[in-house]
Amino acid sequence: MLRYVFSRLLVAALMVLLATLAIFLIANMVPGDPVLTQLGDIAANNPDMVADFRHKWGLDLPLWDRYWIFLSGVFHGDLGISIGSQRPVLDDIAQYAPATVELSTIAFLLALIVGLPLGVLAAMKRDTWVDHVARSISLVGVAAPTFWLAFIMLAVFYGALQWAPGPGQISASTFPPPTVTGIMLIDAPLAGDWDTFWDAAAHLVLPSIVLAASTLGLITRTTRAAMLEALSQDYIRVARAKGLARRAVMLGHALPNALLPVVTLGGLAYAQLLTGTVLTESIFSWPGLGRYTFQSAVRLDFPAIMGITLVVAAIYVLVNLLVDLSYAALDPRVSRR
Amino acid sequence: MSGVETALLAATKEAGSVARRRRWLRRYGLAALGAVAITVWACAAILAPWITPYPPDVVNVAGRLLPPSAEHWLGTDVLGRDVFTRVIYGARTSLAVGFVVVLLGGLFGTLLGAVAAYIRGWAEEALMRATDLVFCFPPIILAMAIAAALGIGTRNTVIAMLVVWWPKFARLARSLVIGQRSAEYVAAAQAIGFGPSHILFRQIIPNAVGPLVVLVTLDLGNAILVFAGLSFLGLGVVPPTPEWGSMVSEGRELVNQWWVATFPGIAILTVVIGFNFVGDGIRDWLDPHARRR
Repeated sequence: MLRYVFSRLLVAALMVLLATLAIFLIANMVPGDPVLTQLGDIAANNPDMVADFRHKWGLDLPLWDRYWIFLSGVFHGDLGISIGSQRPVLDDIAQYAPATVELSTIAFLLALIVGLPLGVLAAMKRDTWVDHVARSISLVGVAAPTFWLAFIMLAVFYGALQWAPGPGQISASTFPPPTVTGIMLIDAPLAGDWDTFWDAAAHLVLPSIVLAASTLGLITRTTRAAMLEALSQDYIRVARAKGLARRAVMLGHALPNALLPVVTLGGLAYAQLLTGTVLTESIFSWPGLGRYTFQSAVRLDFPAIMGITLVVAAIYVLVNLLVDLSYAALDPRVSRR
Repeated sequence: MSGVETALLAATKEAGSVARRRRWLRRYGLAALGAVAITVWACAAILAPWITPYPPDVVNVAGRLLPPSAEHWLGTDVLGRDVFTRVIYGARTSLAVGFVVVLLGGLFGTLLGAVAAYIRGWAEEALMRATDLVFCFPPIILAMAIAAALGIGTRNTVIAMLVVWWPKFARLARSLVIGQRSAEYVAAAQAIGFGPSHILFRQIIPNAVGPLVVLVTLDLGNAILVFAGLSFLGLGVVPPTPEWGSMVSEGRELVNQWWVATFPGIAILTVVIGFNFVGDGIRDWLDPHARRR
């Protein structure tokens, strides 16, 4: 087992390294010119200013030198300076990450808490109305465009009914609590400020539902299929034949075996939520990584793009690693190989 | 044979065919519904200039933000353009982009995956690492970075999407070819003296094409969703091209003029659900084991 963990860790580190190279090459080979998007028209026509700009940001060095500078920076915990915000990229990421972690964690829990029981129920009551409702929910969740769902939610629950607060992380009239973790739901109680806590919680409702929708659909669908697969196995028939109650067979025998594919999916889904908040954040004015990513991409802010991509790739690789390891823990056959 | 027996026989036959029809409907009803939806959208896209009541991008400031009515079935947008007309025209962009991305990405990925799996050795290893690498990046972030760098426009967005689209096909094709390459018919074809390219393209791939077709169908909806998302962010089509994602974006602030953003979204929803139904239907049809489920 230890050897398995070690070899997987090594591969993961190598993948992140390769990812930095890939994103560096892509960022530098595409024809977009950061000089033109950063400097105004007048400055871009002035050769001295262009040369100054290029020199300042190291754009005049050979490709491999720049990659080497970037890489050695990474090992010293330095992701460079964002051209857009003029601050270290790592500081930017540290500032925006908590809001994203907060939003996507809540969304993931929501998808899991609703999707898992829904999938199990659909499989248990197959071809009844329960099954049909569950399948319809998962279908709409998967097929509805995030940005459209967000619009509908805002129009109905904020615009028409006024049940939910509008975009943003907290109301404009509320003072944010002193930053400890950057996550409002943790910082506000730490400061003893429960009004802010409830305000932040209310602001989380709509965006987390929107963000959870497609993941919820996937989890419901996968759980249902995995449950049905498990239920068709011989050991279920044996369990039924020896007189176990239906409930005990379902939850005690079928469910544990159905969980494996759900764990895989769940891990990847969480990684996708952490990194897939671009649309949701830009609609709900959520001050997170998704919005930062979008802004950096539009500005061709290469240091920021590379920093984010590195972090994102690291999250993906790490989550994949955790999924594989949990697989090994859940299914003894995996690590014995 | 007495008259009664003939009547009974006819009655059981009738009952059998009713039951069979009902079973067919339960199994493929949704797929048929999906196919109808896709066909309607495809026809609408092709016939757009003839079936729409207004030109798609003529501005009419006097008639801006009109609610749905007999003249404007789905209302008008900020510039007074007919929303119904633009939704119909939007099908052209979305369907075309979906097909181009999935077919080109699918073809490239399938070829790469199949050849690598057939050659084995370093080629297979290199391919798997390359797909791992692309999988490290969430598609929308990578596509966004590439689209932003190449410049805004439908063609560049399609290129950006293709970069992230092929790996899943490469993986699927590889696993399918691995499943087939030790089959007896492959050994037989080798014994007869067929060359490797004949065996791969004429023998193995036709036998493994089913799951690829399923993935293509399910993926079409996915590609349309991703493209609409990029367009929504302003990285897809150049205005005033009618496109569903950018139409939702234009109407996103107009909570009281809900029709501007709502109808293009419903269009996306119906197309994506349609492709999902068809894809599920094809999978059930190909897989007798799943048919019973």
